[in-house]
Amino acid sequence: MSTLSTPTVSPAASATEGYNFAYLDEQTKRMIRRALLKAVAIPGYQVPFGSREMPLPYGWGTGGIQVTAAIIGQHDTLKVIDQGSDETTNAVNIRRFFARTAGVKTTQKTAEASIIQTRHRIPEKPLTEQQIMVYQVPMPEPLFRLEPRVAECRKLHALADYGLISVKLYEDIVRHGSIATTYDYPVMVNHRYLTSPSPIPKFDNPKLHMNPALQLFGAGRERRLYAIPPYTPVKSLDFDDHPFEVEHWQHACALCGSRASFLDEVIVDDAGKRMYVCSDSDYCQEQRAEQEASGDAPNTTAPGATDRGPTC
Amino acid sequence: MYVAVKGGERAIEQSWRQLDTARRGDPALPELTVEQIRQQMRLAVARVMTEGSVYDEELAALAIKQAAGDLVEAIFLIRAYRTTLPRFGYTQPIDTEQMQIQRRISSTFKDVPGGQILGPTYDYTQRLLDFTLLAEGTSSQSAPQPEANLPEEAMPRIIALLNREGLIEQEHVSDPAREPGDLSREPLRIPADRSTRLQNLARGDEGFLLALGYATQRGYGNSHPFAGEIRLGRVAVEMELEELGYAIEIGEIEITECQMINKFDGNMQTPPAFTQGYGLAFGHAERKTMAMALVDRALRAEELGETLESPAQDHEFVLYHSDNVEASGFVQHLKLPHYVDFQSELNLVRRLRENHPSLQADPAQPLQEKLA
Repeated sequence: MSTLSTPTVSPAASATEGYNFAYLDEQTKRMIRRALLKAVAIPGYQVPFGSREMPLPYGWGTGGIQVTAAIIGQHDTLKVIDQGSDETTNAVNIRRFFARTAGVKTTQKTAEASIIQTRHRIPEKPLTEQQIMVYQVPMPEPLFRLEPRVAECRKLHALADYGLISVKLYEDIVRHGSIATTYDYPVMVNHRYLTSPSPIPKFDNPKLHMNPALQLFGAGRERRLYAIPPYTPVKSLDFDDHPFEVEHWQHACALCGSRASFLDEVIVDDAGKRMYVCSDSDYCQEQRAEQEASGDAPNTTAPGATDRGPTC
Repeated sequence: MYVAVKGGERAIEQSWRQLDTARRGDPALPELTVEQIRQQMRLAVARVMTEGSVYDEELAALAIKQAAGDLVEAIFLIRAYRTTLPRFGYTQPIDTEQMQIQRRISSTFKDVPGGQILGPTYDYTQRLLDFTLLAEGTSSQSAPQPEANLPEEAMPRIIALLNREGLIEQEHVSDPAREPGDLSREPLRIPADRSTRLQNLARGDEGFLLALGYATQRGYGNSHPFAGEIRLGRVAVEMELEELGYAIEIGEIEITECQMINKFDGNMQTPPAFTQGYGLAFGHAERKTMAMALVDRALRAEELGETLESPAQDHEFVLYHSDNVEASGFVQHLKLPHYVDFQSELNLVRRLRENHPSLQADPAQPLQEKLA
């Protein structure tokens, strides 16, 4: 299990010549870990930190990479996903970065990972107390669309003055009949801080609540860290008469037949024919492996493939 | 099936190889050397050093070569290298009055002590393409006269010199005991003091500062600027070493400095006077330092009790958006997959359209026709 203690690996043991274990120097890692400790102590509060310029572009996961680099030890097993998949190019790139600079074991299996760095998804498989989730965050400020001034937002958080966001959600209901936010859906962490869950679909929001895993959030460009410690209450904002609800699909995954997972819509031909498949590639694989083991034929009816026209 | 997002690893490696080939161009032509770039593209090198926050001509030239001439990419390469360097301490503030002058002009006074020195400038070239360079001949200009009786001794700043009447606000050296901030180590905090703002502007994108500075001249934040003095030359860099206990010279850097003078209308407490905006950059970079000085002055609006009315005067707007490594990364991160967010939005828009009164009759009608 990884902890917040200093990795004991000497630079000489690093996988890449000339760079420290996991790229960042130990002073920088200590600075980040101090900020993380503060973040854990004040769930949902955005802690400013001295974000470094990483060899990957801002906006491509520099915050998550710095958090991972600060907490990873040589016995950790790392999983990196982007949009739920281990095989998207950015996930591949970040996984390779750590394989190269830290020489740690990497995995695509959620259950095997001690650290999971993610962009835009939480794995479908429930996490455990032995795991840490690291979220890449583009805009840590949940109020930025309503109040772009950083100094002003800090004041609003200090005063827990969250009227703006309630008005925004109310206006959604007046205009559209329901809340028109589908991802990066704002949450209240530990009954105190309004927090951005990062751009995960609101489908994943319930997984934030009372999760056994430590959840760390890193925003490199905006230079903020925050955390949701294990078993912390996390509430998605809503109203009594308009309770929060997640999206549902009329389809099942075309590959594994799951009806419980978040589905991506894939256009399969020029006629706009669609199929629906799990966004979590490891979950989908696992479902299929289980079906094969138990002798069930995979879902050949492919309820996900339909010929919905483009304007449905 | 579902292959679009797979095979990332092989694709990335193949992309690296293609990039390398594309950068090299026609292999029949000799490859550019880093030294050639350093010597013959000195203005590009200067920009990469300034915005990359490292004074190293060789590394800047290497970054330009590796980035195939994309200066923002080269700046990013330099910054990513810089972040791995240990910080030993701070040098003494450089003394630009002691500069070995190559160029020095003032647009506010016809003649100034020490004289106006034109030096190497594109200002009075007639922007006619020099086809002898195309024919790979040497330039039609003969070598400069060796005279160039460039002053050897110190050259005081014009603004200080001509302030007998106290009409021009003078800059004061801040308390030397105070450690300067370092934006590459500490997050920017608002309100930011002037030295932090200047650091941000020095690292800031030249194009962004140019546009903002230009806007202040066109009425978005009235600044009535005059180029008080622009100077280019080499200055010594001194550092106090703990073992020695006194400062020694550790090297020399070329810099461009600009002091802009702006009219200040005054208020109940302060009589009308001239105030200053300041710009400084590595190497020869007049456009950058002038734009920086205009924006620096605009950012002082609040301090001077002026009405805040334009983006160039807004600290958060300017300081949070000036960095091209941040901006380029975040704008281009839109190339990353957003399938999940887009899927969520797709579901939402479909649901909202299902309930929309104008689509109740014929939901299959394409959007274009509706809009037409």
